[in-house]
Amino acid sequence: MPHTKRRRLVTTALAVSLGATALAACGSGDGTEAESGPVSLTYWTWTPGMDKVVDLWNKGPGKKDRITVTVKKQASGDTLITKILTAHKAKKAPDLVQAEYQALPTLVSNDALADISDEVDDAKDKFAEGVWQQTTLGTDAVYAVPQDIGPMMFYYREDLFRQYGLKVPTTWEQFAETARRLKQKAPDKDLTTFSAGDSGLFAGLAQQAGAKWWTTSGDKWKVGIDDAATRKVADFWGGLVKEGVIDNQPMYTPSWNKALNTGKQIAWVSAVWAPGTLTTAAPDTEGKWAMAPLPQWSADQDVTGSWGGSSTAVTTDSAHKEAAAEFAAWLNTDHDALNALAKEGGIYPASTSAQLSGAFSNPPAYFSHQADFYTKAAGIAKTTAPSAWGPNVNVAYTSFKDAFGPAAKNKSDFTAALRKVQDDTVADMEKQGFEVAR
Amino acid sequence: MSTLAVRKAAPAAGTTPGTAQGPPLRRRIALIPTVTLLLGAVYTLLPVAWVVIASTKSGHELFSTFTFLPGTGFADNLKDLNAYRSGIYWEWMGNSALYAGLGALLSTAVSAFSGYALATYRFKGREAMFNVLLAGVLMPPVILAIPQYLLLAKADLTDSYLSVLLPQILSPYGVYLARIYASAAVPADVVEAGRMDGASEWRIFTRIALPMMIPGMVTVFLFQFVAIWNNFLLPFIMLSDDERFPLTLGLYTLLEQGANTPALYTLVITGAFLAVLPLIALFLVIQRFWSLDLLSGAVKS
Repeated sequence: MPHTKRRRLVTTALAVSLGATALAACGSGDGTEAESGPVSLTYWTWTPGMDKVVDLWNKGPGKKDRITVTVKKQASGDTLITKILTAHKAKKAPDLVQAEYQALPTLVSNDALADISDEVDDAKDKFAEGVWQQTTLGTDAVYAVPQDIGPMMFYYREDLFRQYGLKVPTTWEQFAETARRLKQKAPDKDLTTFSAGDSGLFAGLAQQAGAKWWTTSGDKWKVGIDDAATRKVADFWGGLVKEGVIDNQPMYTPSWNKALNTGKQIAWVSAVWAPGTLTTAAPDTEGKWAMAPLPQWSADQDVTGSWGGSSTAVTTDSAHKEAAAEFAAWLNTDHDALNALAKEGGIYPASTSAQLSGAFSNPPAYFSHQADFYTKAAGIAKTTAPSAWGPNVNVAYTSFKDAFGPAAKNKSDFTAALRKVQDDTVADMEKQGFEVAR
Repeated sequence: MSTLAVRKAAPAAGTTPGTAQGPPLRRRIALIPTVTLLLGAVYTLLPVAWVVIASTKSGHELFSTFTFLPGTGFADNLKDLNAYRSGIYWEWMGNSALYAGLGALLSTAVSAFSGYALATYRFKGREAMFNVLLAGVLMPPVILAIPQYLLLAKADLTDSYLSVLLPQILSPYGVYLARIYASAAVPADVVEAGRMDGASEWRIFTRIALPMMIPGMVTVFLFQFVAIWNNFLLPFIMLSDDERFPLTLGLYTLLEQGANTPALYTLVITGAFLAVLPLIALFLVIQRFWSLDLLSGAVKS
């Protein structure tokens, strides 16, 4: 299988870039550690209500094993990665951190995450292969336990689609056609918007198209942000923006909320967590939306990308890696823990068995009329394309915003913007000392 | 706007520029600054007005009703904010008050001491020291946050109240201002007279110089208070326990809750509105000293 080969390649690449310290340090540290006395761990997370979930641990399995976890709530996003790396530089990172999948390579290449494969390997079969692969980075090590995922879906205003005689698009070609037809029938409305502010959305769309942004060959990294698949996606959205059949304003702004709430925009390419966002962004349209799979690039395909999702990782600074890994595995595989996480934190679990049980036997309140919401979602989650994250996703994401912002605003060439993201990313990796194949 | 246009057009149409220009010119000069200032006031007050009005809107009204139409949800927003994680907002408010109040007080004291010393005493290396301070004034505090974190981590002080207080006590700008102010407001003759009468240096400073420096020190205090109250990066890097967070950081965590949880807009807006009130109150209370300071500063220099 090419898989094993790739695995070795990445190990080499990582070992080269890390000076092999991460792997060596983790391998030896855990074995000698004796967990005798009471252990207290700190955990940086942004998930709301995590303190309540952790209480279940502290009163249950944690009490038995004398492992107490303290939650320190943080703000999510790239700033948290910077904070973790700064703390790690002072050897003061917390025992456990929540990290989005695309941030894991950055943390690993800075030697901030411990290899917990010995402790959590049993949990592997609770997750889809593509999800688990994101926490191993294709190596034999395991750097985190998956917590939540964000398989992408297509959301649309059922009532307005009916009113304008639109069909739910199953291919991107139909999607473009739908946008054009809506523009003809209601010139003041847009099907959706291209948001240059959401790099993660674009990354997910590229992932669906089969893009591999970061790969390794030999001991060199290869950056494929400008590959054929991504170019296809960029051209497609750039074309729609230029044509004027979709809007070009960013998402997550008050005016975007208003556009959704008043029906000025009648669809949203999003992920499984969209109901939560819609609840506050478009409170007046509750019950009028429906969810469908993402449109495909060809009719015979059935694949989606992912937008968001995060994992629980143990840092190399932790003095109790074994205990921390035990907690991480419990948090993301235990039935009660996942149920509480769904209820308190509103997450969509990465664990496949949890996707259809407990909190997910009923649709979200906002979609109460679509009874099979979570059954459908679990089906879509299975079709998630593999992802390929690299050590400087944050740089690529920032560059994306800088390059696509003006391109979307001026309705100019998206391919040129994509080239700039590629060049910026490669330049940054070389500056950081990674070998990059040209 | 229309009156401005008319007045502007008037001289161009006039046939006797020499005699008729006197009074209208003066009035026009007064008009342009007034309009500029009014525009400036609108520009700065409009966002404040937005916050005030938006804080009265419920989640439903926030993005759907007209921007400057007051909503009906203020009481509910307050209640929600109060209830959020059993009132942690008020802890943040208390923390902000502690960081800004105590920090500004200590910083003012340090500034007063060192500013007075730099202005009154002649000693070796005085100018060198002052130049280093000036360089500090030019250095944005933002770039110091991470080195400060690494230093405090060595002393095991991170994630504590001290970690946020300590770095903000020495304010190069405060010392600079205090020196300038002390050299202008405390005449050397007065200090000399005190020495003649046998007062100790400490007594001269506390009984003679300090009262003369009070207006300037109030300025330093206000500057520091506002700077610490609004500071984000330093506490962000230093603190991980959200029970020690100041308001800036606390509100930020309400906004960035991850993709699957929507930002708590109404709570953040109401929280931001309440966070401005102490600053406004402070300015109103200390305003007298402030204007006195501007006045005396102008006369002396």
